[in-house]
Amino acid sequence: MGPLGRGSVLIGLAVTAIAMVLIPVAVRRGRKDWLAIGYAAVHTNLLLMTLAMVAMVIALVSHDFSVGYVAQVGSRATPLLYTVISLWGALEGSILLWGWVLAMYASAVIVINREREGNLVPYAAAVMMGVMLFFAILLAGPANPFHPVFPVPPDGPGPNPLLQNHWLMAVHPPLLYMGYVGMTVPFAFALGAMLAGEVAQDSWMLLVRRWMLVAWAFLGAAIIAGMWWSYEVLGWGGYWAWDPVENASLMPWLTATAYLHSAMVQERRGMLRLWNVNLVVGTFVLTILGTFLTRSGIISSVHAFTTGTIGYFFLTFIALVLVGTLMMVAGNSEQLRTTGRFDSPASRETVFLLNNLLLSAFTLIVLIGTLYPLIAEAVRGVKVSVGEPYFDRMSLPVLTLLLFLMGVGPALPWRRTPEGTLRSRLLVPAAGALAALLFALALGSRQPWALTAFACVGYALTATLREFAIGSAARRRAHGESWPVALGRLVGANPRRHGGYVSHIGVLLVATAIGASGGGRIERETTLQRGDTLRVGSHLVRLKGVFGRQEPQRYVIGATLEVLSRDGATIDTLAPRMNFYPSSDQPVPTPDVRSTLAGDLYANLQTFREDGTSATVKVISEPLVAWIWLGGGVVILGAMIGLFAPRKRAAEEAA
Amino acid sequence: MNWKRALLTPAIAIPVIGLFAWGMTRDPKYIPSPLPGRQAPAFALEVFAPGEAPFQKAPGEVIRLDSLRGKVVVVNFWASWCLACRDEHQDLSRAAMRYANAPVQFVGISYMDTRPNSLEWIEQMGGQAYPSVDDPRSRTAIDYGLYGVPETFILDVTGRVAHKQTGPITHALLSRIIDSLLAARPATETK
Repeated sequence: MGPLGRGSVLIGLAVTAIAMVLIPVAVRRGRKDWLAIGYAAVHTNLLLMTLAMVAMVIALVSHDFSVGYVAQVGSRATPLLYTVISLWGALEGSILLWGWVLAMYASAVIVINREREGNLVPYAAAVMMGVMLFFAILLAGPANPFHPVFPVPPDGPGPNPLLQNHWLMAVHPPLLYMGYVGMTVPFAFALGAMLAGEVAQDSWMLLVRRWMLVAWAFLGAAIIAGMWWSYEVLGWGGYWAWDPVENASLMPWLTATAYLHSAMVQERRGMLRLWNVNLVVGTFVLTILGTFLTRSGIISSVHAFTTGTIGYFFLTFIALVLVGTLMMVAGNSEQLRTTGRFDSPASRETVFLLNNLLLSAFTLIVLIGTLYPLIAEAVRGVKVSVGEPYFDRMSLPVLTLLLFLMGVGPALPWRRTPEGTLRSRLLVPAAGALAALLFALALGSRQPWALTAFACVGYALTATLREFAIGSAARRRAHGESWPVALGRLVGANPRRHGGYVSHIGVLLVATAIGASGGGRIERETTLQRGDTLRVGSHLVRLKGVFGRQEPQRYVIGATLEVLSRDGATIDTLAPRMNFYPSSDQPVPTPDVRSTLAGDLYANLQTFREDGTSATVKVISEPLVAWIWLGGGVVILGAMIGLFAPRKRAAEEAA
Repeated sequence: MNWKRALLTPAIAIPVIGLFAWGMTRDPKYIPSPLPGRQAPAFALEVFAPGEAPFQKAPGEVIRLDSLRGKVVVVNFWASWCLACRDEHQDLSRAAMRYANAPVQFVGISYMDTRPNSLEWIEQMGGQAYPSVDDPRSRTAIDYGLYGVPETFILDVTGRVAHKQTGPITHALLSRIIDSLLAARPATETK
């Protein structure tokens, strides 16, 4: 399989280079036939990257240790699922996946926009091939996954133990790459619009919005899946640690979120043009920057892969992208003048502007915190690490304000708000804020910021639900529809706006769950003899015993904990384990979680007596954690609704 | 296209690229320790594993760092639950034996471990040439700024930390450092 994969990668590199050069030349010379060849090259590249992927999967599954990557991450004892997904368990494979996803996006852009006239799409395709060229060079040189190994080893070490311990590893990385790589498309359109001289028109922005929404949804899903993975695998009962790699995925998501809002201001009011272009290219730069930070070994992180020269390739690429896009954007800035202007501070565009400032501030907070260790070492020569206190303290006020704006924005119309309307629209949700505040006080929360955040969530949630209620009620009156039909048609009539509101509800659920699970967390760590019980909040658990067993790829030691009801009956069993992999000198903790909508009971095995008589366990009770994952799902659902085209008025009336 | 702006604006990128280029020359995992070059923190800890002749010390006897002045001291933090400690174990014992007749003292300090586990581990590993001491509540480990196990500190005859090893140490490295410290001893110290 090695030669097949290697051949595909090398021919793909050549084909990519041809497409990148030929397409702009064809546009300049007005040669339709050359353009067709260029597009064919883009699709051929997808075919070749697919071949390379297939070759790699076959090599992994058939344990072909003559392929360097397989020898590095494969092992005969690893179960099939984890063998397949070890494709993205190390550097070379993840770059291969990146290249494949990028090739898919490039072909999709051409196919989906085949009807569109003008030079925008060809230039965008050429830009994507430029990015593709970089990854093709990585695959051909410093990150060659098909490096031949001789003599062929009989077996390999298997994937990184942390990455073969949970099924979420099959989900999180592909989602992440779909999101990360997807940000290339808006970037390519922005650059393409400038190259084609179409940047002064707003039509390219409308194209970008959907691609951005797709990438944004994937990236959001990936972030949530990553949080879930870290919660289920790392054993500390948390889901977010401000690790550089988490920050790297959060930053482009924040700027993309900002763009999804500010794009509406441009569309409706012709404002923020230059700002939007900057958000689009900035988002792409942040994805590359994030990859560089976590793949070059420049900043230490749990995700850092061992690296060779690849960091320097990334550095060169970032330099080229930064200089190139700054030149393009600055050079075209005069064409990106604002045509509209703000009429009144009490208008939706004002809220969007504030939302953008806050999201940008948040991005900057995260960026500074992530890069600060590097800056401090460069300027003062000291080693520092920036941890949770900085990020939490800095981001909490920003997040609280954002939550509040989520309640204000939908209530305000574009341009200006009539006095009386303003008062009633802003005051009704205040009842929701009060209710949420009381709820938080009842839960035992006393921190001022936490209470403020809860109140803001209550405010925004009421305001958002009110939009659905008022809209549906109006339809019921006008058309005599039942509640579900009215609601469905309301959303269908303007899927973009209501999809956005659904996403807001998702974000509010996530915010509530994060606040509650952090604030209401009860943690106990103790050594239990067999039969001993431990009380954690309202839960009671009993150690039933300690077990050990040999599995093909690992040795497992676990504790059996019974979860008891009030009357002493066993309602559930938890089996937190330690997995010992031959390739690692540290056992991999494998917590076990009993998850309900009300809250999770999280158990982790710390140490054990070898005779099985006692075990030290950490048991954590965390309220509402499951709502983080569910809320994430609601955010994605909103994005999916937002992708639908609005129902035609005529069809609606006829129905 | 406004070329003046287009050519001037990319200058913003220079400090960022410069920072990253500089960062590429650093190892983020390297944590500098203030200890090398300074006086080693004192300790007085109780022996629980006696070691073998000629280093044998009775369990319960207290080893004081102060009393080891004039000797090169190798302080090794280890634990029975630490797999990397297995790798270096043979090398440490061999080195201790090699310098049996020189003014060199090896001390093992058990880290976050229980006596039975530690003793069983020593037996499993075929013995430990030098004595090991308990470190109740990890006080000494904290004084030495321990990041993990194994870590080894090599002190010169004046009690100054000459070398800090993070992770397993090898016989070759131990010999090289001990030899150079013995050679650098002031003349009065030699008998």
